[in-house]
Amino acid sequence: MATTAQAKSGLPFTIKIEPRLDVPRWLSPAVSLGAIIVALILGAVILKLVGGDPIAAYVHIGKAAFGDIGVFSDTLVKATPLIMVGLACSLAFRMKLWNIGAEGQFYIGALGASAVILSGLVPETAPRPVAITVMLIAGVAGGALWGFIPGWLKARLNVNEIITTLMLNYIAVALVNYFVFGVWSEGGFQLSKTFQKAAWLPRLADYAKQIPAFRGLTTHAGLIIAIIAAFIIWYILYRSRWGYEIRLIGDNPRAAQYAGIDIVKNTVLVMMTSGALAGLAGMSEIAGVVHRLQTSISPGYGFTGIIIAWLAKLNPLVVIVVAILFGGLILAGREIQPAGVPRLIQGIILFMLIASDVLLRYRVRVVRAGEI
Amino acid sequence: MDPIIILQAGVASGTVLLFATIGEIFAERSGVLNLGVEGMMLMGAMSAFSVTVATGNGWLGLLVAMLMAGLLAILHGIVTIHFQADQVVSGLALTFLGTGLSLVFGEGLSKAGTITLLPRFTVPLLSAIPVVGPIFFTDQSVMVYVGFAMLPLVWFYINRTRPGLHLRAIGENPTAADAMGLNVYQLRYFYVFLGGMLAGLAGGTISLAISPGWFSELTTSGQGWIAVGLVIFAQWDPWRAAFGSYAFGALRRAILDIQGPTTLFGFNNPFYYNPYYGFFMQMLPYAFTIIVLIIGSRQALRQRLGAPAALGLPYVRGERGH
Repeated sequence: MATTAQAKSGLPFTIKIEPRLDVPRWLSPAVSLGAIIVALILGAVILKLVGGDPIAAYVHIGKAAFGDIGVFSDTLVKATPLIMVGLACSLAFRMKLWNIGAEGQFYIGALGASAVILSGLVPETAPRPVAITVMLIAGVAGGALWGFIPGWLKARLNVNEIITTLMLNYIAVALVNYFVFGVWSEGGFQLSKTFQKAAWLPRLADYAKQIPAFRGLTTHAGLIIAIIAAFIIWYILYRSRWGYEIRLIGDNPRAAQYAGIDIVKNTVLVMMTSGALAGLAGMSEIAGVVHRLQTSISPGYGFTGIIIAWLAKLNPLVVIVVAILFGGLILAGREIQPAGVPRLIQGIILFMLIASDVLLRYRVRVVRAGEI
Repeated sequence: MDPIIILQAGVASGTVLLFATIGEIFAERSGVLNLGVEGMMLMGAMSAFSVTVATGNGWLGLLVAMLMAGLLAILHGIVTIHFQADQVVSGLALTFLGTGLSLVFGEGLSKAGTITLLPRFTVPLLSAIPVVGPIFFTDQSVMVYVGFAMLPLVWFYINRTRPGLHLRAIGENPTAADAMGLNVYQLRYFYVFLGGMLAGLAGGTISLAISPGWFSELTTSGQGWIAVGLVIFAQWDPWRAAFGSYAFGALRRAILDIQGPTTLFGFNNPFYYNPYYGFFMQMLPYAFTIIVLIIGSRQALRQRLGAPAALGLPYVRGERGH
């Protein structure tokens, strides 16, 4: 873009576009908010075009996601895996590693967590803390493995990680399907047997006897894990030496190399950690919500994680807030027809968001004729 | 398990990959990485099929498919060329958008059935050549022949014409190209649009000719991403792209066929009707894409062998060159 673009017509003013030297603190959130509003308006126009009632749809989303404590609890359930995949993407993107494979890592995390229960590695009689801990480790390890493959390929052979992570998504889904149908199928159905209660993450509703207000609330302990993870990732990124290296590689790989930072090692490590976070999301979903392995355990959580990370400007703490908003959108979006609408709105939001970034880098000024 | 039939079907379904890969080669040669191929293909497949169902005219369907996908690509162009947004994120957004739009507008379209609306024919004389004839020139869709015709033209255009030279210049060194008097922005818009149109053509080719019908996201099932991978394997060269595309098409067909016969090379076929092996079969195209990428990247003395030097970098006029 030209640093100074001027309207060529004989208008009584010209529009000047100048690079911004400093960005006020309020501007970034304001621009993001503006982008979302524009995106929602565009979404409404398209809904109208296909014969829907956009206002009713949005009101429905609001009510069905945040209307009362019961649905808000469900929103938090949806937000829980989203926080973790949002973190997974934020961490990798911070180093400009394009991990588009959170979806597959989610599946393998779920597979790992299910495997330790269904294979009998964790005995039926094992107490809950043991069962949950082993599932957690298995889920994280599964995700990390699925992140290691593209990370190693990228670091050692310079293989484009965007394509490999994406291809591994398809492979992960097929692998889970194989286990669901072929190994742990319960009477030929598309699901495994339900895990023993000790392998369930505790829900608020479990404590309804002590606290009656919790009756029927499905929010589970995965939310706490997710929030702790967010704080840990925030600390790593902004307060630790490793985080500094990650950010430096992301901002200026050449300078990082001159500074003696091991890019190869960090590429593998960041990809594995990113995968581990997505695997954690899969484990949390399996142990907290589904309680068994089945097909299509994710309505595209991994891909929504990309948008969440970008909307949160890759800040792990902001990821929590954005994930809750998107949890609401996904929860309420399930009932909206046509089924593509939530995806469509997500796409428009992401587009508006990256397009609006230009407002942070440039200021647009209207200069009247005669002024300079 | 007749190899001729597998290769014949491979050429047919590889044509889809060929169009998408060539389109992406144009965009990337001009310096713009567009990861929205999958979304643009879905948009193309949906538009082509719905227009054809409504009007009965497959050609009109293809045209609309190309325009719709081209429009999506223009969006990517605006955001990345003028607003200098990250090309990776914008491409991903484009895939979300294209998928969402095609699912919303394609709602209920799958009930329209699976009518083939583009003609198939056998080329006289050429089809009589042994081996080559049955594979390439017998009972193929007209789109397959369009692919054959396009290939030498594209190669000639990129490597032997003045506009082709300009295309390479804006992808290799936009600052110098600008100094030569080329309008880098305008040319990049043009090639991003062209790439989008070819992705739309690829989508339309699926829904009207290769596996007719609209099956929501399953229509493309990741072929847009495979095409992006093939561009790297092809080192931005149309002939290598054609080889990769047809080989991939044949692989997809072979995977289906291997489960058919009861015996294989005189042994009991372990894959025969074993639904569990089926899941591993499904993984193969994606696993092969990774393998192909590893091969492509290993020979990728990228600077020397093809990747446009300015690929992925926004061009800012007046700033110091990259």
